Amino acid sequence: MADAKVIPFDDDRSRGGAGARPSRRRSTGSRRSGAEPAVVREVQPLPARVAAAPEGGPETGESPQDRPALQAGPSLPSPPAREPGEGEGVRGGLERRVASGLSFLRRRLTGEYDVDDFGYDAELTDQVLMSLLRPVYEKYFRVDVKGIENIPKAGGALIVANHSGTLPLDGLMMQVAVHDHHPAGRHLRLLAADLVFVLPVVNELARKLGHTLACTEDAERLLGQGELVGVMPEGFKGIGKPFSERYKLQRFGRGGFVSTALRQGAPIIPCSIVGAEEIYPMIGNAKTLARLLGFPYFPLTPTFPWLGPLGAIPLPTKWTIQFGEPIPTDGYPPEAAEDPMLMFNLTDQVREQIQHTLYKLLVQRRSVFF
Amino acid sequence: MGQVVLVTGVARRLAGRFVRRIQRDAQVDRVVAVDAVPPEHHLGGADFIQADIRQATIARVLAETGADTVVHMDVTGTALGGGSRATVKETNVIGTMQLLGACQKSPSVKRLVVKSSTNVYGSASRDPAVFTETTPAKSLPSGGFAKDAVEVEGYVRGFARRRPDVAVCVLRFANILGPTVDTPLASYFALPVLPTVFGYDPRLQFVHEDDVIEVLRIASHEARRGTLNSGTFNIAGDGVLLLSQCSRRLGRPTVPLLLPAVTWAGSLVRTLGMTDFSPEQIRLLTHGRVVATDQMRDTLGFTPKYTTAETFADFVRSRGPGLLPPEALSGAVDRIAALSLRGSGHPPTQSAN
Repeated sequence: MADAKVIPFDDDRSRGGAGARPSRRRSTGSRRSGAEPAVVREVQPLPARVAAAPEGGPETGESPQDRPALQAGPSLPSPPAREPGEGEGVRGGLERRVASGLSFLRRRLTGEYDVDDFGYDAELTDQVLMSLLRPVYEKYFRVDVKGIENIPKAGGALIVANHSGTLPLDGLMMQVAVHDHHPAGRHLRLLAADLVFVLPVVNELARKLGHTLACTEDAERLLGQGELVGVMPEGFKGIGKPFSERYKLQRFGRGGFVSTALRQGAPIIPCSIVGAEEIYPMIGNAKTLARLLGFPYFPLTPTFPWLGPLGAIPLPTKWTIQFGEPIPTDGYPPEAAEDPMLMFNLTDQVREQIQHTLYKLLVQRRSVFF
Repeated sequence: MGQVVLVTGVARRLAGRFVRRIQRDAQVDRVVAVDAVPPEHHLGGADFIQADIRQATIARVLAETGADTVVHMDVTGTALGGGSRATVKETNVIGTMQLLGACQKSPSVKRLVVKSSTNVYGSASRDPAVFTETTPAKSLPSGGFAKDAVEVEGYVRGFARRRPDVAVCVLRFANILGPTVDTPLASYFALPVLPTVFGYDPRLQFVHEDDVIEVLRIASHEARRGTLNSGTFNIAGDGVLLLSQCSRRLGRPTVPLLLPAVTWAGSLVRTLGMTDFSPEQIRLLTHGRVVATDQMRDTLGFTPKYTTAETFADFVRSRGPGLLPPEALSGAVDRIAALSLRGSGHPPTQSAN
């Protein structure tokens, strides 16, 4: 009975304006090779429907004897049956959002959600963390995204970007850019420095956002699973460089990302990020303090330690993220990953391309803030 | 002629279950169960021999029974019946050395199965997210059961080198859970309120005790066609649960504590002897550990019946409800939902008809 009443809602929703997000969710579901059927991703719009959820979902943690309790629990006043799209759009939309929010809350409270082996919590990322980052992305840094079509619709690919800005906001913004703009709604899995996984809270959030440690094993595993992996090979040298060296690419690590991509045959997509350099103009580096705290650098900006927490607010620069033409790596023989010469050449090629695009974008830029 | 299987550490319930199970296999003639103390559970029709594997008597037992398959399950983290940590270490390390020495002398031994643990990988922030059998540990466990397991595996590798004719299978089990298993992690989950490390949400993997029995059986018999059952294998259920998910599914609230406080409290309860909340346990509950099980599937040819989540659900069923049962929470959410529906109070609209 309850189901019959709910069907119009579902219909309504899939026809209604909420096109972009559900489609994205579906596509993620199908992309993860059968780890979980796409059914889970559907938010149950009505609490009355929730009682039926355990049967359909792969929420295997649900014990059989829990089910009667669940079904007995909500004795809801079932909403009157309505025809879809009867011109009550606003309130209906609000209701649906409340209902889906409550079913989300319910899943979170009972622990009935899935994370992957890396601790990536797709639901939390989509529904909460991305919503928190999006205002920063859209309103604060007003990010322009170019060349999103260079990211393949499916299969593993390695996005290699420049790194700057004292705090790794550029990685997060790149993640939002891919998440919100890519037509297939792909999720970017960033490779983060080991410091991220040492810090409490930060490591927890990073794992839930789908980040993992920048090491060959993890990168290869993710690429092998057909994920989109983001890496910033400059590392601390790039993010902690003084303001005077802005937009000068540092050494690209030891080129490990190239051999990883070669081994997996994944294309390398160079990515240039303009605007992140100026968010915290680092004019000095308190090395002693950094060593005391165990950080690779301790930034001194015109505002940072002097204004206290206020100084930690980034400058509202205008950002551009440009994804470049993919560099294919599948044409090389298997032993190519062991060829240091080829590795250096490819590393340089990627680096040159990013640097070149950076200069081009800088010339086009009208001002740092607009 | 059927197999003669010698199983060590049978006073534990898991090993007892294994002894009872493997007797039913057609190719097994005789099961010899060995432990230093007589088990409280029955062992089916197995011959129990009271022998301490730390003593040289084990060599005589092995020679007299003519066992061709040795299943070494006496590598454990906790003492049986309130023994000290030193005894456990003795049994783990010295016991393994004695047993391996006996096996090396015995011409009849054809197969050795060792129950190890994924603890050997340690748990650190700089570790890769997923361990494979070949991943070297970034920080070798400094003590406790994990170090024992590392040392045991070292001796087993040495044995495999000296006796290449013996098929050696090392099974690294993730955290074993089940209705009857008594592991440190199970007793941790039995706490009314779970202390956690603030700012960390470790990824945990579980393996069900039924699967443990099954994979031990596979390893103790001849390899099936197309599979290989000698070598080192990670054994874990599919998928991952975060500690936060575990606590919610259990319905037990968590108390996040700062890492130094947890370490301090851990050493306090250890000194008081209340629980075995060892440093490696704290590291596991800080950084978590996930292993790859591709080798288990492809080479060993074993597919666990229970996923990590199913294992945990089975474990939850066997325990009583916690302080915040998930059903109560979802019921509360449903009541809020009902209220909000009533509150929005849209008038009962007429249908199109």
